[in-house]
Amino acid sequence: MSSQMTAPAEDMAGGGVTETPRERVFALLQRQGGPVVLVLVVLLACIFSSGFASSGNFSTILVGNAYVSLLALAETFVIISGGIDLSVGSMFALGGVLAAWGMNHGGSGVAVLLPIVVGLVIGVIQGSLIAYARLAPFIVTLAGLLFARGLLQAISNEGSTTYLVPGHSVFAFLGDGTWRPILTAVAFFAIAAVVLVRTRFGQALFAIGGSENAALLMGVRVRRTKVLVYMLSGTLAAVAGMLNASRLQSGVTNIGVGYELTAIAAVVIGGTILTGGSGSMYGTAAGVLLLAVIQNLIGVHLSQYGSSASDLVNGAFLAVVVVLQSFLARRRAL
Amino acid sequence: MTATLTSTKAEQPVGRRRWAAPVAKYAVYAGIVVLIAVNAVMSSSFLSLDNLRVQLYQAVPVLIVALGMALVIGTEGIDLSVGGVIALTSAVLPLYLGYGVWVSIALAILAGGVCGAISGSLVAFARVQPIVATLSLMIGLRGLAVIMNGATAKPLNDPTLLNLGLTGWLGLPQMAYIGAGLVAIIAFVVRRTTLGRNLVAVGDNASASFLAGLPVRRILLSVYVMSGMLAAVAGVLIAGHGAYADPANYGLNYELLAITAVVVGGTPLSGGQIRVIGTVAGTIFMQLVSATLIQNNVKNSYEQMIEAVIICIAVFIARESANR
Repeated sequence: MSSQMTAPAEDMAGGGVTETPRERVFALLQRQGGPVVLVLVVLLACIFSSGFASSGNFSTILVGNAYVSLLALAETFVIISGGIDLSVGSMFALGGVLAAWGMNHGGSGVAVLLPIVVGLVIGVIQGSLIAYARLAPFIVTLAGLLFARGLLQAISNEGSTTYLVPGHSVFAFLGDGTWRPILTAVAFFAIAAVVLVRTRFGQALFAIGGSENAALLMGVRVRRTKVLVYMLSGTLAAVAGMLNASRLQSGVTNIGVGYELTAIAAVVIGGTILTGGSGSMYGTAAGVLLLAVIQNLIGVHLSQYGSSASDLVNGAFLAVVVVLQSFLARRRAL
Repeated sequence: MTATLTSTKAEQPVGRRRWAAPVAKYAVYAGIVVLIAVNAVMSSSFLSLDNLRVQLYQAVPVLIVALGMALVIGTEGIDLSVGGVIALTSAVLPLYLGYGVWVSIALAILAGGVCGAISGSLVAFARVQPIVATLSLMIGLRGLAVIMNGATAKPLNDPTLLNLGLTGWLGLPQMAYIGAGLVAIIAFVVRRTTLGRNLVAVGDNASASFLAGLPVRRILLSVYVMSGMLAAVAGVLIAGHGAYADPANYGLNYELLAITAVVVGGTPLSGGQIRVIGTVAGTIFMQLVSATLIQNNVKNSYEQMIEAVIICIAVFIARESANR
């Protein structure tokens, strides 16, 4: 379904040139590259890496990345519309701190509602600056990154106060156990995939990302859609942080730094093109899993270097993927 | 992307905001004057030479990075890898200090140039979007630097390096003169050389420049190499002044600081224009904002929020002037 929908947009970007069979294969590879590499990496890891192929390890990978994967989901919406949201990592941390603060100052209801409301408000402000004041999404969301981090530090008294969530509360139940985080993430991705391909909002995102002017002429409410997409991504990121706080049973202040980059990397690896107009939720899910598996393998085999090794591999991996993407696409004439 | 940007310019009602352009053009300078005046009144030590030196230590590296960033933004690109390059230089410096200080400085700057060549090749030849190409280096370089250096910071005991931040002439540190020299060089390159003309042309319209016979790929490549080398110079200054090589922490958020300085200084993100002196003014303005907030004991959290708001306002005003 999504391939049918995205093909016209790519044709337009290529100046309306008819696709040859070879170009069609390239386009298919570009879209399905993430899932293919994921399957290959998992197969190789199962064969060569002892201890990888155990149900315990698989559930560690899935649970550990369940809530962070929602950032990539949010980023997919934004990137398909041709924008970018660099604030999701900070919003993730802010959502967690707000939830834990709310748990300590009101109870489970406040803990759930407060992150949603704040995420929504910050998202609307960012979206309005981008859609109506026409500021670059890049700059606005960088400022949003700073702002959200400042706000969470103010709430946590410069990071010196950690708010704990009581283990037996309704709120802590949300992120408890092995299956609840995984099922939550799967449900979010399923809903997002339907929204993206089956609703008018999703169609509008593809249209705007493909060509903003054409979308305007087609009668798409470009500005309103843009505000909506940043609102959605702000809210989703805060909700992801809230669920994560429930799992960790505390509002961690120094979490989420650089998560926006991981999210963008996952989206790009999943075949979504950064110029917008094309992409899929299923690809992003594959991208998230691929990065998670690589992270896990690095943790097992290069543990003496810790997170710096995974930064290095992630960066190199992203570079390889984008180079492949651009060679497979061969669209822009320079 | 180009189409959208052009159309955004075209959609602006002509003449409706005729007052906006001159206001925006001089807003940064007015802001600087106001901030200096406010600080001079509120704190007697603000105009002292000691305080000036402290401000320079922080502002000069940002300025040097911002100069490279201005060149990249002039070609309608962006360089997110500068923080990673700064981290890498402080990993390279202690590694080769045994061969002499100038060798290690040269190698550090060379390493920056190589990083620039990598992101430049990705942009120019592989035709990857600048933001993604440099993003991958931003993630990768810091990891590489930490692996090279080890997790803990290493002391740098070389007198030449330490003097970059300690001694100088007329009460100003050496790094201030290096910064001023680089401003003069970049201003000359932008205004008086063919490369300067060409890179502005590429930023204005890459396809037209290509059709006009300009070596677009080589120009793009050279811009990223220059940005990488300038970031490496900033990295050397930061490490020298800090007296430690700390790849895990040096250069964090520098891409944000540099981009803000460039945009506040009036260079539009849509390329085709480079304001070198504006970039200097933008750096000074952002430094004054941060100094004002710190001197009034504003907490770090509130400082971040206020800076975020100022960035949005400044970019909004700068955008008005870019629309003409």
